[in-house]
Amino acid sequence: MKVYHSKVLENRLISTNIYKMTIEIDNLNNDIKPGQFFMLKTLDNSFLLPRPISVNEVGVNTVTFVYRIQGTGTKSISYVKLKDYIQATGPLGNGFDINLINGRVAIIGGGIGIAPLLYLTKCLKTTSDVYLGYKDEVYLVDEFRRYANKTVVVTENGGIGFKGFVTDYVDYNNYDIVITCGPEIMMNKIASKCRDLNIKCLVSLERRMACGLGACLGCTVETIYGNKRACKDGPIFAGEEILVQWRK
Amino acid sequence: MANLTTNAMGVEFKNPIITASGTFGFGEEFSQIFDLSILGGICSKGLTLHPKQGNKGVRLWETPMGLINSIGLQNPGVDKFICDELPKMKSYGTKVIANLGGNTTEEYIIGAKKLSVTDVDIIELNISCPNVKSGGMAFGIKSNVAFDIVSSVKKVCKKPLMVKLSPNAENIADMALACESGGADAISLINTIKAMAIDVKKKTSVFDNIYAGLSGPCVKPIALRMVHEVSKVVKVPVCGLGGIMTSTDVIEFIMAGATIVQIGTGNFIKPDIAVDIIDEINEYMDKENIKTLDEIRGII
Repeated sequence: MKVYHSKVLENRLISTNIYKMTIEIDNLNNDIKPGQFFMLKTLDNSFLLPRPISVNEVGVNTVTFVYRIQGTGTKSISYVKLKDYIQATGPLGNGFDINLINGRVAIIGGGIGIAPLLYLTKCLKTTSDVYLGYKDEVYLVDEFRRYANKTVVVTENGGIGFKGFVTDYVDYNNYDIVITCGPEIMMNKIASKCRDLNIKCLVSLERRMACGLGACLGCTVETIYGNKRACKDGPIFAGEEILVQWRK
Repeated sequence: MANLTTNAMGVEFKNPIITASGTFGFGEEFSQIFDLSILGGICSKGLTLHPKQGNKGVRLWETPMGLINSIGLQNPGVDKFICDELPKMKSYGTKVIANLGGNTTEEYIIGAKKLSVTDVDIIELNISCPNVKSGGMAFGIKSNVAFDIVSSVKKVCKKPLMVKLSPNAENIADMALACESGGADAISLINTIKAMAIDVKKKTSVFDNIYAGLSGPCVKPIALRMVHEVSKVVKVPVCGLGGIMTSTDVIEFIMAGATIVQIGTGNFIKPDIAVDIIDEINEYMDKENIKTLDEIRGII
């Protein structure tokens, strides 16, 4: 983990409000795990706190992020021009331990939660079935098809792929492990289902963070083992561990 | 190179730069980013006698050049700190300040007694946290209440005692004088400013506690004014904090009368900000031909 000043090699719109940014990081040593993130900040003072953005893809001395404009911070990040520099602290978080992901794997992404699952799908030692849920426009589908055994696309209006919610198209009994990232309501549904069926489930959480390092305690997650930090102890948690926070 | 060594409360600091409570954990996370021995000192996360889970709901909210937090003193408690965290903190080669909060006078006294028989270099008494319902800032509003708590703790405290003031005090200069006469060996200020945020879509307060604490660059001018006011009236050293982001901010606080300073929210913005600040202070002093910070301290 380091504070990098990285040159931006790519920062372009790939879908409505969704951008793909690639930055240059020398001597990365390929030590980034899927599911990890960087705290990104522009070098001007257009916003204060760095924003936690998950790794979408790792190349030779490059890291790619796919992010959605959510507010002031991500909007400013979207304005960063090619060859300009950005502050990137990372890699942060526990990430997925791919050695523990074996057997028949389902990967279910929703909305911007789809982005970090691409690098996971690529890194897995076993092939996986990928389920991608979008509102209407789709993105990264071709990239997933490159690495997945099967890629199922679902949009809410059915304009592209199947119609409805992605969770309706997964036959959980076909899998030994289910991995998800997306809206909390979706992850809650998936984690609950997996608990009921006794299937291993991993969820990747998104939280408001100040430091991303584990110091500020702003991103606390309620778990069955007490408070944990989404940034340091997570963002990857076992489903049954964090279901407690949604039972309110 | 200029000499940044600073003495305060009988403690010799390598330089006047300390990382503020609640913004640096117990140092471990930052030790992976830079060598903490370059720091003057590290303040622990706010401790209470018993472990605290902290507040529910939203804990962070960014505002223009500011951060409102409602962490609520989540911490492992004094005993666990002494056992698990303090040995690591001591290994970083810098001064260790234990920040102690409490709900009752009794809790402050027991906590201070326990910390007094450890290797901590200084105890910072937190009578200014706006994020706990009882205690905390309640001790830091009225001068007579602050005097009572400081003098009670001072009787049992075997370490230099720095008292951290709230900007929400009725009168900051009177408050500082009350703490000094209660036995404070130094005064640190400011803790966060009581603030609020409203979510207009949800039509609710952002924070479950309604009010929370504002920090960051937007509070610096207020912090600077308060450090200046307090420095003019107390004889004990003043530790200035509030929105420090650059070496210029540090120099301003020192010119306003601070002996030492703390970096808080800045640690979130750039985790190695302290490294840049220390380097830049050296550059400034060399350029201005200043040998020690005593030459410019309190000149305003």
